[in-house]
Amino acid sequence: MTVKELTELIGAKDMTPDAPKDAEVTCGYTCDLLSWVMAHGASGMAWVTVQTHMNVIAVASLMEMAAVIIPEGIEMEAPSLQKAQDEEINVLQSDKTAYEICALLAQAGLPGKKREA
Amino acid sequence: MAILLERSFPVAAGAYTTAGEASTTIKRTLKQLGVNTEVLRHVSVACYEVELNLVIHSLGGTLTLLVDPEKVTLISKDVGPGIPDIEKAMTEGFSTANEEARTLGFGAGMGLPNMKRNATGFDIQSEMGVGTTITMTFALA
Repeated sequence: MTVKELTELIGAKDMTPDAPKDAEVTCGYTCDLLSWVMAHGASGMAWVTVQTHMNVIAVASLMEMAAVIIPEGIEMEAPSLQKAQDEEINVLQSDKTAYEICALLAQAGLPGKKREA
Repeated sequence: MAILLERSFPVAAGAYTTAGEASTTIKRTLKQLGVNTEVLRHVSVACYEVELNLVIHSLGGTLTLLVDPEKVTLISKDVGPGIPDIEKAMTEGFSTANEEARTLGFGAGMGLPNMKRNATGFDIQSEMGVGTTITMTFALA
């Protein structure tokens, strides 16, 4: 699934038009504890979080994620969005809850993160 | 071993908004050197964790990147306050992060164990009132 397809699937608003829409989404994940995401994130991940500060983009960028999805119509701060554009990280905003977004991703066949041994 | 590249980055205590800038620059530098994706990911994660630790826990410090033909080395050296019990600090789930860090979603006590997991070699030395030095190596082959 590409980021473009993901955006259409969950009916999200694309907050970073300059980020690559053909990037491949490999798995889905939701967590708001950044420390936890640093230990469990993966490249190509679509990460659902209510956190909107700059460090979210730093984590997504360093882990080479495909997209950050902000649920429930929450607005991401402008400096974070600017950083996302600079780092070419897709940020999608959705009115749906994290639960509803993950359910849609799962229904579309997107796996969860592979568990490492 | 001949050093191909050496760069240092100062990291200020409490600089939450700029946390990750040194790590992003280091990642970019290594990418330009042609370091493979897998190694790059391990360095990036460990580097960001150690940079965050400098921001959250230290009184300020320096992050140094060294590259030689066989490995990437990251050295985090701070000016205090030091870690009273390293064994405890290395335990997953143990954290002394403040309220500000926790509000941002940090302080789950995953940092040091996550660094050790991602690095090929990991060493931590700390003295109260002097500072902490963390040395991590990442094999290139």
